Amino acid sequence: MSSHYEAPIRQPLIIGDKSYHDITVEVAAPVEGKANKLWWTVFTIALLAFLWGLGSIIYTIGTGIGVWGLNKTVGWAWDITNFVWWVGIGHAGTLISAVLLLFRQKWRMGINRSAEAMTIFSVVQAGLFPVIHMGRVWNAHFVLPLPNQYGTLWTNFNSPLLWDVFAISTYLSVSLVFWWTGLLPDFAMLRDRAVKPFQKKIYSLVSFGWSGRAKDWQRFEEVSLVLAGLATPLVLSVHTIVSFDFATSVIPGWHTTIFPPYFVAGAVFSGFAMVNTLLIIMRKVSNLEAYITKQHIELMNIVIMITGSIVGCAYITELFIAWYSGVEYEQYAFLNRATGPYWWAYLLMMSCNVFSPQFMWFKKLRSSIMFSFIISIVVNIGMWFERFVIIVTSLHRDYLPSSWTMFSPTFVDIGIYVGTIGFFFVLFLLYARTFPVIAQAEVKSILKSSGDNFKKYRDEGVPNPAPVILAKAKTEVSKEDLSANAQNLMGTIGVFDKETQTPDNLKLISGVGPKLEQNLNSLGIYSFDQITKMTEKEYNLLDSLLTTFKGRAKRDDWAGQAKNLKK
Amino acid sequence: MSSKIIQAMYNDDDILMDAVKNVRAASHHIEEVYTPFPVHGLEKAMGLKDTRIAITAFIYGCIGFIFSIWMMNYMMIDQWPQDIGGKPSFTFMQNMPAFVPVMFEMTVFFAAHLMVITFYMRSKLWPFKKAENPDPRTTDDMFVMEVVVDGNENELISFLEKTGTVEIKVTEKH
Repeated sequence: MSSHYEAPIRQPLIIGDKSYHDITVEVAAPVEGKANKLWWTVFTIALLAFLWGLGSIIYTIGTGIGVWGLNKTVGWAWDITNFVWWVGIGHAGTLISAVLLLFRQKWRMGINRSAEAMTIFSVVQAGLFPVIHMGRVWNAHFVLPLPNQYGTLWTNFNSPLLWDVFAISTYLSVSLVFWWTGLLPDFAMLRDRAVKPFQKKIYSLVSFGWSGRAKDWQRFEEVSLVLAGLATPLVLSVHTIVSFDFATSVIPGWHTTIFPPYFVAGAVFSGFAMVNTLLIIMRKVSNLEAYITKQHIELMNIVIMITGSIVGCAYITELFIAWYSGVEYEQYAFLNRATGPYWWAYLLMMSCNVFSPQFMWFKKLRSSIMFSFIISIVVNIGMWFERFVIIVTSLHRDYLPSSWTMFSPTFVDIGIYVGTIGFFFVLFLLYARTFPVIAQAEVKSILKSSGDNFKKYRDEGVPNPAPVILAKAKTEVSKEDLSANAQNLMGTIGVFDKETQTPDNLKLISGVGPKLEQNLNSLGIYSFDQITKMTEKEYNLLDSLLTTFKGRAKRDDWAGQAKNLKK
Repeated sequence: MSSKIIQAMYNDDDILMDAVKNVRAASHHIEEVYTPFPVHGLEKAMGLKDTRIAITAFIYGCIGFIFSIWMMNYMMIDQWPQDIGGKPSFTFMQNMPAFVPVMFEMTVFFAAHLMVITFYMRSKLWPFKKAENPDPRTTDDMFVMEVVVDGNENELISFLEKTGTVEIKVTEKH
């Protein structure tokens, strides 16, 4: 048991007196149960929002992006703001599953599945924006280096926008396989529990026939580790490259070398806030408080506090460098952000992102569920405004004062944004009802080290909650594979009824010893009468049923011998 | 050669680990062990070789890296060198810094996807594949060890009974 030791000072990660089976049942419960009214209400609202967004997207594509509020000066606004916002949110999932795996943080087990789901769903939303922004979406494949009718015209690999295509699509696809590989054992659990044939079929299909062999697990763990090693630099590269979209330009306020680390920290910051928003609701609705504990939320709050402070440092560094550089365009850009017509957006960004996470220094506040939920929403609003400030306030007053203008979104802009939020929640709500939302296999593997009951057993000496060795094992000899042969054999030689007949001493047949008699008895052969009925066909059937002594029955003419012995 | 195997079921990972060690010490052949979650140290106790899947990932990553260099050199330098925004693409080395992000992404893309495909192929995991775990409880809370019968079956059964098994099933090899 010493191998499961964990320092008593560490908080338990699984609350209550759980066994392996309890974990299975509780993780499967939201999938196997029925959705309640609240789920349907939220789902309907999300679906309506999604449909509004879909309508707005169709209108945009049909009419052109002139239906948006963009103008000659502000050529990027809500679309790219939303894109960066969603990509940023999509960073927490891989961070939790990959970086925390490399650091061997056990608390990732309870939340990684949902965080990864959130990643994938939000990257899907993010991807929509640049695609729609292209205008002619049917030419979207032009961003890929594909052979085409223009002969040797390829994509421009010098462009950060193309780097983005590669970064986002690599990130989305690698996150997806990472997520799915982790899901296989949990889908297999649902498959093996499924009662209805349709569910069984679906979960068999998606579990890829996972059987849980020792070798499979060995590879599974190695693959997870290597994927984590690959995904860690990948996740850092994605937002770095997103920041290159801005940093490689010559727009004051964008042309900033601090952008890559600052964007990555901001992405992690907003991603963890979104994980908190979702999981605080989900743990309640799906009764998973034992697995997504207060400790998990507190640890995420600490990450939010640290990354929020990094973001705050970046804001201040930006201001300092603008002043220190002596470049008046740069200085004006930052002055305009704080005191220009968009001062309110700047103030929202500063207060939500720099000020609000500082409350998390207080233990009481960061362990309060309600407070964490509010802060998580505040942070998400703040991070949206950060992108709005960077994009719109940098653009709206450019080098030429005669073209200075303001941006106001149209109902289409708003519709697409709200629509992606709706789409995101549609996906997440469907996920919460059909997927194992906790990585139950991995949680089981930490039960003995981090489970409340096991920690109590080690630290306080309460009885060991582990299953005990039973006094008597249930032994059963399966005949299923041979049952057809055995039935055929019994059909011709007749079934021996132990109740009414007395077994003969089969050892009297020459060639039959105690071992062989036992084997024959186990097949249901007890009497000479049965053996007399044996012919060539029965001898062959008998041989198929016996693992040893093959061919002996025929060679020794058992039927003849039995006929004599019967008399 | 006997084709019979005995499936011994356990309800705890620590009991299973001890059983695996005992069965191996008694030089019986463990055909397979099915577990609901990764039991650390089990593959060592069973005497399984280390997996080489990380090595394949490294090779795939190298292939992706070389492929990305070849691709960008072919498209940007060889086939149609263009002067884009006053930044001409006439030699690979001059343009190389701009290619670094895509080189990195392609390396990761190849390494991750090909490794996962290799894992799925080697472990026979794909859609419509039939599951082969001997009992549905092995994805819940049960651990099954399959031991090949070599010699006396009853002796082996009584030996396994002493290892703390909760259920024993004698069956044909599938």
